[in-house]
Amino acid sequence: MIASIAFYLFATLTIAPAVAVIFARNPVHSVLWLILAFFNAAGLMLLLGAEFIAMLVVIVYVGAVAVLFLFVVMMLDIDFASLRSGFTKNLPFGIIIALVLLAEIIIAVSAWRAGPALSGQQVAATTQPNIVALGQLLYSRYLFPFEIAGLILLVAMVGAIVLTHRSRRDTRPQKIWKQVARRPDEAIKVTNPGVGEGMKL
Amino acid sequence: MIGLSHYLTVAAILFTIGVLGIFLNRRNVILMLMAIELILLAVNINLVAFSAYLGDLTGQVLAMFVLTVAAAEAAIGLAILVIFFRRRGSIAVDDATRMRG
Repeated sequence: MIASIAFYLFATLTIAPAVAVIFARNPVHSVLWLILAFFNAAGLMLLLGAEFIAMLVVIVYVGAVAVLFLFVVMMLDIDFASLRSGFTKNLPFGIIIALVLLAEIIIAVSAWRAGPALSGQQVAATTQPNIVALGQLLYSRYLFPFEIAGLILLVAMVGAIVLTHRSRRDTRPQKIWKQVARRPDEAIKVTNPGVGEGMKL
Repeated sequence: MIGLSHYLTVAAILFTIGVLGIFLNRRNVILMLMAIELILLAVNINLVAFSAYLGDLTGQVLAMFVLTVAAAEAAIGLAILVIFFRRRGSIAVDDATRMRG
């Protein structure tokens, strides 16, 4: 009973913010709705018993991707009103396409259910926690794909830095070689001025 | 009782919303990227649901890889968006015609 209530709560709160993401006028609101959708999708995954993926969704999507979106939306000075020009024109056709696609997917799902492949009963939970089982799988059988995933993230990081980096001429950075090449005898002068004569600079 | 088909239906609706978002916001690249994130989230829910109901952890491993690729895609996409905006002063998809030759 409580599981059903939690499922419908999380499902509603995933789908309604997703609709708000694509219909919001302000892109900042879109990103905030997206964050709400991600949190509730993580809740759905928790209900399924996938704690590690749920936490990963919160950390990666909310902590990194959504913040990146928010950063870009706020950093760029974009006239978003003009970008919505084709919105109402595309709306009827888009909704028709979406309904057809949804009907197709649901028909496919129900056709799959009619087959003898699965009875839909859950396998008994193992004694291991989800994260331990997943870690053992990731570091043994899927070690190579795991390393490749890390490499993909590295390439993405280097690519993003290379793409957005620009060398600026108008800054005055520290010249390390000049500081290192400086010697004491050209930097300071030790003199012994006589009384009443003063210093000659 | 909540079964596998409930989760599959939620994922299907989420996927459709993502496709609709790409369709409606044809000129706004940021919203298109957000719609792609929604689509990948729907795929992830599907993978985790199948993984839980089949008792096989491979689906969750695959969901983690999808998450990795989604993060990389968002970073690169937004970097391209930033340099495109720097050059053209706009992010409308219609303006991206420079590679026409």
